[in-house]
This record gives sequence, structure tokens and C-alpha cells, in this order.
Amino acid sequence: MTNQTSPNLAAPLPAAPLLPAPAGDIAAKKRRGRWRLFRNRSTFIGGLIVVLIVVVALVSLVWTPHPYEEQDLSLSLLPPFWMDGANSAYPLGTDLNGRDLLSRLMVGAQASLFVGVASVLVGGLIGMTLGLLAGFFGGWWEVLIMRLVDIQLSLPGVLLAIAVLAAIGKGLLNVVVVLGFVSWVQYARIVRGSTLAVKSQEYVLGAKAVGAKNTRLIMRHILPNILPPMLVVATINVSSNILSEAALSYLGVGVNISTVTWGGMLNEGKTLFDVSWWNAVWPGLAILIVVFGINLLGDGLSEDKS
Amino acid sequence: MGKLILQRLWQSLLVLLAVSILSFLLIFLTGDPVASLVPLNARQEDFDNIRKQYGLDQPIFVQYFSFIFKALQGDMGESFRYRSDALGLVLGRLPNTFLLAAVSLLLSIIISLPVGIMAARTKGRWFDLIASFFALIAISIPSFWLGVILIIIFAGTLRWLPASGSGSWQQLILPSITISAFSVGFLIRLIRRSVADTLQKQFVVTARSKGLTERTIAWRHVLRNSAIPIVTVLGLQFGSLLGGSVVVETVFAWPGVGWLMIQSIEARDLPVIRAAVLILAVFIVLINLVVDIIYSMLDPRIKLNSEANS
Repeated sequence: MTNQTSPNLAAPLPAAPLLPAPAGDIAAKKRRGRWRLFRNRSTFIGGLIVVLIVVVALVSLVWTPHPYEEQDLSLSLLPPFWMDGANSAYPLGTDLNGRDLLSRLMVGAQASLFVGVASVLVGGLIGMTLGLLAGFFGGWWEVLIMRLVDIQLSLPGVLLAIAVLAAIGKGLLNVVVVLGFVSWVQYARIVRGSTLAVKSQEYVLGAKAVGAKNTRLIMRHILPNILPPMLVVATINVSSNILSEAALSYLGVGVNISTVTWGGMLNEGKTLFDVSWWNAVWPGLAILIVVFGINLLGDGLSEDKS
Repeated sequence: MGKLILQRLWQSLLVLLAVSILSFLLIFLTGDPVASLVPLNARQEDFDNIRKQYGLDQPIFVQYFSFIFKALQGDMGESFRYRSDALGLVLGRLPNTFLLAAVSLLLSIIISLPVGIMAARTKGRWFDLIASFFALIAISIPSFWLGVILIIIFAGTLRWLPASGSGSWQQLILPSITISAFSVGFLIRLIRRSVADTLQKQFVVTARSKGLTERTIAWRHVLRNSAIPIVTVLGLQFGSLLGGSVVVETVFAWPGVGWLMIQSIEARDLPVIRAAVLILAVFIVLINLVVDIIYSMLDPRIKLNSEANS
């Protein structure tokens, strides 16, 4: 993996036209520039999947086919719609307590997306701050922070997360914080590298020469330049944190059972696979689709960068 | 050279220090450490006994140093559940975990190397597209779910392979496929990119213009030159396979360190959790250290100093 980011991090500009464009074209060109992102097939399909899941999660806030906690033991373990004995009101079947699996899957999207995005925000914020400190100020800050980076890089994240969660206890927020603390390292590395590269650029030196303060240098000149590579890493990190949350909940150290998560559903479903495979299959499939979509989006975005 | 190795050793020592502090602090994260060190049905005098026995009335630095001192002598406390030496329990399970990780690593290499090279050589054509698609699926699939699916198909429906346990080679198949899925996808993507980069280099063009066969070019020139990033990652993969085994061992009831750790978490058996974390982390750090040193010997261009590649 190369982390050497070129100083010019923005995507290359389209070739300049031979004749100066009429003024009215500028807006159109800007629009095209925005859509250029979606000319990449990976970005488009990945983005579509992600948007779809986000919509499902939002819809589930106000509507699900059945209340997701409604139990009816007479409807226990109904099979999906194409099998014998199915009930068309429960197209994907029901769990042991007779709860509608489709509704629970929809609600489960909320927790997955929340943990994925929130943990990346936590990790990104910690990593960005420390990376900026290390890259911009150098000296002891840099030695100390990069040593911390080395230490954490040598330790497996899942192992750390399991151990810490086993100690501090389950919970949505605990998972977010732990996953955030496990993933700050990659942001710190990228931000430090980019900051070092940008810091020595002439326009930054120029701004410094005319007396710009550190905060202004960071906010106006450094941050806008390090955001694009951060975004690519953050995208892929969302998917890996969704996977981690699912694994933690599956192991029973993640989110409380009262919160519907795909990992938790799988945990309940795994013991039933002999009698009702669908209880184990759907939640995992949902995780696979989301993570696949986000990874595809991340691939497309990073191709655009290179 | 010697200086680099010394520097890397120093860094590993720092990591081990951090790991020891973390596993020491683990019991304090639970709130009252005594509550986590006694069984659930403990009486007040048990509390007092434990507090004294573990020296929890001492200052925290004293506690830490006595923890380290004991750990170095192989004493990591006694398991509540088994009433036996926690470290011994963990070390007893370690061979199983290593076996699984080693087989998985081998499997990952056997699959990803030819597929990755082939994908790079057919970049943009159908083989590449299919390989890239499956590689992306492989890194997106939750490993525990893949495990459950494999159990449903091969142990449940087809009844070809056992669903859990250890002791025979048949029982090794499903867990190692499950663990290696992520590495296979990850490595295919890495090898494809690395080989595709090399294929565009001048010396490949020269070799081709000399009239060498594609096969000779691929094995002689390309593979050798794209080997360094691949081999580096392979070494690191072993560490992450060890870490990932925690989840997969639980799915297949594979009697390794990972499953022991999860069972201990359920039983609140903290001495064993602590020993498991410490032992796994120590081994991962050591493996990374050895891998780094070997590479710096193989290729003098590799700088052990992490500043160079960050």
C-alpha cells in the first residue's frame, strides 16, 4: 500500500478547450464535473447500493411491514414466501418468536449504518487531530504520535475490541467508541503524510510569509487538501467497521440484544439453522450487500483519485 | 543493518509494553476489579480474600510491576472455571490456533497467487472481471456468516463434512476456508495491482521485444519484481489470521485460543481472557518482527524505519 500522496490531490482537471468557452458554459461544465464521478461504473453501482440501504434505514424509522418487536408464537419460524407453509404477509419468514424478519432486517440497517458512520467519525477525528499535530508541528509530537501508531498497527483490531468490550460491557455507543479508537491509526498516517507534503508547498510557505496564523494555515490550506484522500479511506473504513460490529454482536460482546442488529439476528439464527436456514441467511446477506456496496464505492472513488 | 534490527527490536519492546499495560488495565475497565475476579455468587469474605490475594490494596504501579513480574514467571492467575493455571490453558490451545492459521495462510497463497497473476495479465477482460468481482465479495463477506453457510450446506444438507470440533483433517476444511476467504480476496486484489504495475515497466517491454515467451516473462521477470509487496503482506496476514481466528473458532467450536477467549468472556473468567489477549498479541508482535527482519535481509531497499513508508 502506498501512502505517498501527491501534493496535488484534486482529480486532474479536464483538458482545456482550444477556444475559450462562452460564459454560459461554465455552469454546465461544473455540472458535468460533478457527474463525472458517476461515469465510473464501480462508483455508480456502489453508490446506488449504499443509497438504497440508507433509504431502507430511513423508511424503517417511520414504517415497517410489521412492528419489528411484535411477537406471535403461533407464527414462529414461518418460511420465506416460496416455500410450503409460508404466509405472504411475512415474505422473508419469521424468527423463533414469530417476529417478521423483513421488518427486523430493515430496522437492523439503522444500527449497522450508525455504527459504521459514527465510529469512522470518532476514529477520523482522533486520527486527523493527531496526524495534523504530528505533521504540522513535528518534533516531540511527531515522535510520540508515530510511536503510538506503530504500537497500534502491530495489534489486531478485533482482538483489542473484543477484550475492551468484554471489560466495559455491551452497548451501541461502547461499540462506536471502541471501533473508533481501533481505527484512528490509518487517518493519522494519511493526514500526517499529506500535511508534510502540503506544508512545503509554495502557496503555504507564501501564506506563512505574509503572516497567516497556524489555525488559518490548517483550516484554509491544509485541511481542504487532505480531505479527498481521507474520504476514500473513510469509505472503506465504514464497511470494515460494519463488519466488525456484526462480528462483535455475533460473538455477544457488541450491541445489546434489545437493539436490533444484523449480527445479533445472526447470533439468534445460528442455533436454528437445522430447522430454519433463513434465520441465519438473511442477516448475513444484508451485511454482505451493504459492505459490498461500500467497498465498490470506495474502489471507484480511489480509482478516480489515481 | 544491525542498527535497523536493533531499532525494530526496540519498537517491538514498546509494543509489548503497551500490550502488557492494556491487559493489566483490562480488569480495571470492568469497574470494581474485585467484582470481576470473584465468581458471581461470592460472599463478602471472598471479596476481601481476593483483594488481598491480588494485592489490589497496593498502589497501581506496584500492582502493575507485580503483574509483570508474575507473568514473566509464567503465572497469570488461576481460571475460575477450570480452577487451573490460566497461562497453561491458553498455551495448551495455542497449537490448534496455529494449525488453523497456518493451513489458512497456505490456502490463501495457493488460491490467490495464480488467480491474481492471471487477473493482472488479462486486465479488463472477462477473467479479470470475474476474479475481481469474487475478490470483492470475499473481502465483503462476514466470516462468521460464511462459516454458518458452509455448515448449512456441507454439514447440514450434504452431510459431507463435520460441522465442528477438531482432531481430523476433515474438521480442518470448513474453518480454514472460512478464515482464508478474506485473505484470498485481499491478496488477489493486491497481487493483481502489483503485477499489473510491473507489467508496464520498461524491462518487461524489453523482455517482450527480445521475443521471450509470456510464460518466461511472467515467472522470471514480473513475479520476481512484484514479489516484495506481496511477500510483506503475506507475513502480516498471518498475524491478522491469528486475530481473525477468534470469530471463526467460535463458529466451528474449534478448540483454539480464540474460542477459549470467547467462552471465558461468557463465564467472566478474566484471568483467562487476560492471558489469551496477552499471548495472542505477543505472538503477533513476534511474527511481525521476524517477518520484518527477514525482509530487510532479502531486500536492502526496505527500510525498517516506519517513517519511510508512512
